[in-house]
Amino acid sequence: MMQPWLIVTAAFGYLCLLFAVAYWADKRADAGRSVVASPYIYALSIAVYCTAWTFYGSVGRAAAGGADFLPIYLGPTLAAVLWWHVLRKMLRISKNNRITSIADFVASRYGKSHLLGGLVTIVAVIVIMPYIALQLKGVSTSFNVLLRYPDIVMPSAVGRQPIFEDTALYVAALMAAFAMLYGTRHIDVTERHEGMVAAIAFESTVKLIAFLCLGAFVTFVMFDGFDDIFARAAERPDVKRLFTSVGTSGLGGWVTLTLLSMAAILFLPRQFQVAVVENVDERHLEKAAWLFPLYLVAINIFVVPLAIAGLLTFAPDTVDGDMFVLALPISERQGWLALIAFIGGLSAATGMVIVETIALSTMVCNDLVMPILLRIRALRLTERGDLTRMLLVIRRCSIVFVLFLGYLYFHFIGGSYALVSIGLLSFAAVAQLAPAIIGGMYWKGGTRIGALGGLSAGFLMWIYTLLLPSFVRSGWLPHSFLSDGPWGIALLRPEALFGLEGMDNLSHALFWSMIANVGLYVGLSLATGQTLTERIQATRFVEIFQQPDTGDRTRLWRGSASFKDLYSLVARFIGKPHAEQSFASYAADHGIDLAKLVRADAELVNFTERLLAGAIGAASARVMVASVVKGENVSIDEVMKILDEASQVIEYSRQLEEKSRALEAASAELRAANLRLRELDRLKDDFLATVTHELRTPLTSIRSFSEILHDNPNLSVEQRREFLAIVIKESERLTRLINQVLDLARIEAGRFDWQIGAVDVRELVLEAMAATKQLFRERNVTIQADLPPELPPVHADRDRLMQVVINLLSNAVKFSPAGTGLVNVTIREWRHGLEVRVADNGPGISRENQQIIFEKFRQVGDLMTGKPAGSGLGLAISRRIVEHFGGRIWVESEPGQGATFAFLIPFAEPLPAAAS
Amino acid sequence: MRGSGVGDRLIALFLLGVLLFSPPALAIFSVDATVSGIPVLYAYLFAAWIGLIALLAFVLRSRRADLPGADRTPGGGNAS
Repeated sequence: MMQPWLIVTAAFGYLCLLFAVAYWADKRADAGRSVVASPYIYALSIAVYCTAWTFYGSVGRAAAGGADFLPIYLGPTLAAVLWWHVLRKMLRISKNNRITSIADFVASRYGKSHLLGGLVTIVAVIVIMPYIALQLKGVSTSFNVLLRYPDIVMPSAVGRQPIFEDTALYVAALMAAFAMLYGTRHIDVTERHEGMVAAIAFESTVKLIAFLCLGAFVTFVMFDGFDDIFARAAERPDVKRLFTSVGTSGLGGWVTLTLLSMAAILFLPRQFQVAVVENVDERHLEKAAWLFPLYLVAINIFVVPLAIAGLLTFAPDTVDGDMFVLALPISERQGWLALIAFIGGLSAATGMVIVETIALSTMVCNDLVMPILLRIRALRLTERGDLTRMLLVIRRCSIVFVLFLGYLYFHFIGGSYALVSIGLLSFAAVAQLAPAIIGGMYWKGGTRIGALGGLSAGFLMWIYTLLLPSFVRSGWLPHSFLSDGPWGIALLRPEALFGLEGMDNLSHALFWSMIANVGLYVGLSLATGQTLTERIQATRFVEIFQQPDTGDRTRLWRGSASFKDLYSLVARFIGKPHAEQSFASYAADHGIDLAKLVRADAELVNFTERLLAGAIGAASARVMVASVVKGENVSIDEVMKILDEASQVIEYSRQLEEKSRALEAASAELRAANLRLRELDRLKDDFLATVTHELRTPLTSIRSFSEILHDNPNLSVEQRREFLAIVIKESERLTRLINQVLDLARIEAGRFDWQIGAVDVRELVLEAMAATKQLFRERNVTIQADLPPELPPVHADRDRLMQVVINLLSNAVKFSPAGTGLVNVTIREWRHGLEVRVADNGPGISRENQQIIFEKFRQVGDLMTGKPAGSGLGLAISRRIVEHFGGRIWVESEPGQGATFAFLIPFAEPLPAAAS
Repeated sequence: MRGSGVGDRLIALFLLGVLLFSPPALAIFSVDATVSGIPVLYAYLFAAWIGLIALLAFVLRSRRADLPGADRTPGGGNAS
């Protein structure tokens, strides 16, 4: 028998130590040397996640279902990987908006809605109260087990105790005292409680050390290390099955548990309190994100060995798996170790109870009581003097209320199934907040109605599929409710809703509640609109990282508020010294002299609202500020102005975008033009080089023959005449060349004087043949013509077209063999125009040369005859002339079989597709 | 900062975590055998768990190395 006074003294001493730690931390904080401003303390305070339910219950779960206990810790680990995205955003939002609880967070996001804040608070209280009761039960049970030392008696055999002999009552009372002392010491604008955080971090250390001590003792003293435990377990088939078991509810249950615990680590009120509200520095998150999972690993290392050791030590069904943690040291007569285990469980329970109570009391006060009191006009609350005391009283009352209710719950229905299963049940209920919060943080379209609808539907579904069945198992409802469904409707059976069977009840409930929750949230959000406040809050939440740290730039508050009114309002809620301090620092930041300030501008009003939000919640702060600001609510004009500004910004950025696109296109065009210019420049250089070369040849011969004539006066007359004839011929060639160059230059520059009119091609060809008759005769080349009698006129300049035909004819003569040469001229009538063909029987033109002969100074003839047979400009000019009339010119030839030059000129109406 | 941002790496790490603790992965390791005396399932779960945390710490710490300025107090920026 262990002396009761020893246990009581140990427990009481431990709790006193807790008070001392908190007191010390608060004193340090007041002195400006905070102890909690460290990522390690931050990570340890988040470990309040591990409650008595997990301290004792993990081993129990492992004994029943193997790895079944792990998802509850793996989920938070996975969530911690995403903290950098999600929790950091929640932190930033909460800091900018002075959010102090999860209910406030939801209310603030959806337009500072009283209704939503109240709903979240009620849900939280309903769900968490039994959870607190569970912690008290853990303390009470472990105390009673320890009391029977060295016998091992299960709590079920102990029976209910008279209320004043119940340890849980005293523990609850002490917890209430602690929470009131360190949770509501003063009304603070940030709602941070350094003493409480230090105490929680201390408790997390204690429970970890206690569990590790016990685990090490069992594993290395009772047994011979991990492998010994597992080797001995392998000999017992009923224990060995745990080796491959992932839980009583299978793999589906595994996934559900992981998801639920992921939601729990973010949205449980106590987790929100320590991770968001009590956070000192956003950068602590980076270290805590891996320190906290590491803590979870450490506290779970010995769970399986403990479970197996319990199963091996005790005969089946004599000792409850949940009590292995205490029963193992007792069975070994290790009184002190059992006491350490008890203290560990106590610290896990008290830590949870303290934080949860403070978090709930903030919510009850700010989101439930204050809004109601403010609504009751008879109280004239908005006109009362100092309200700090009232706020404190409300909070302290809610702490007592929450804890007392938790105690009653435990005392009267402590042994029921409903209480034992409430841990996971509350996880499932808290998960109902996920759509509204996650949606609210990443989707601007989520509306208040959507959040209200989703949350209510999800919660009702949770009640129906989880809570009511647990009532049935506790015997408060007839069993037929589960087996036959309400009123005998099988389709409505709570654990097989609409015929969905074969899932474990938790997965089943999560499925239906999330369908209802997400479905209504998204559906109603899409169907309803947002008010102005909602829209502004949505933007502030979703785009928090795109905004400056100082936050509120929206000008929702307008009109005239006197500074004096604002000051007295703040002073009433947070006390004069705090108010003075806050406004002084604001004035210092903005360079304002408070003594001279009469009218408060919009920014100051916003500042006041945020200051108040920290103390009484966002929704209430709004109402209070509204009572002071005259002509408060934004007029339609203001709204239009705000919207206008927004749309102007959008319009401006759209214009900028367009301009930059246009600029890009222009620069691409410029680049292309530049390229083309350079190409032209190169062509010009080539052209000049060729022209000078072409001009030099006749000039050289003129000059040399002139020199011969000049230097040799005694030349014969015949020779002189011959030489002079050469000079004249070369001069003519030079003139022709210069004329052609000029023609080409004029055509290319577009300055050619065209005399466009209807031209009879048949007559034109005949005339050209007549003009070149002499050439044909000289080289003894036959010319034949096949010309249709009646032809429609074409649209061209007669003289230029003549130039083209003569050019083609003279080319044909030049390349036809003398004597046997035969040139054929034909005209064909097409649908669009006339085709003139000049065919010779000369050497022909190779395929690769057929294109380039139309370019400037490209002569093919000289390759074969060895000397130039023309200026090399004739065909180039012809092509430009023909193309100018909208026609085209080409050559058809096979080497050795003559060549046919042809061109097509459109009829009087212009051809749409001009040059080839 | 080279390569992808820390945000992307964390998302990838989260997906890896989901994969490691997904039912199919568990089904693979849920066999009747031991690794140096410890059942394969528990050896795997704890190894994967610790490995994931190590990677997480590595990613978050590499961010600090990449951005030395991130450690300074806000508002301490000089006019530069």
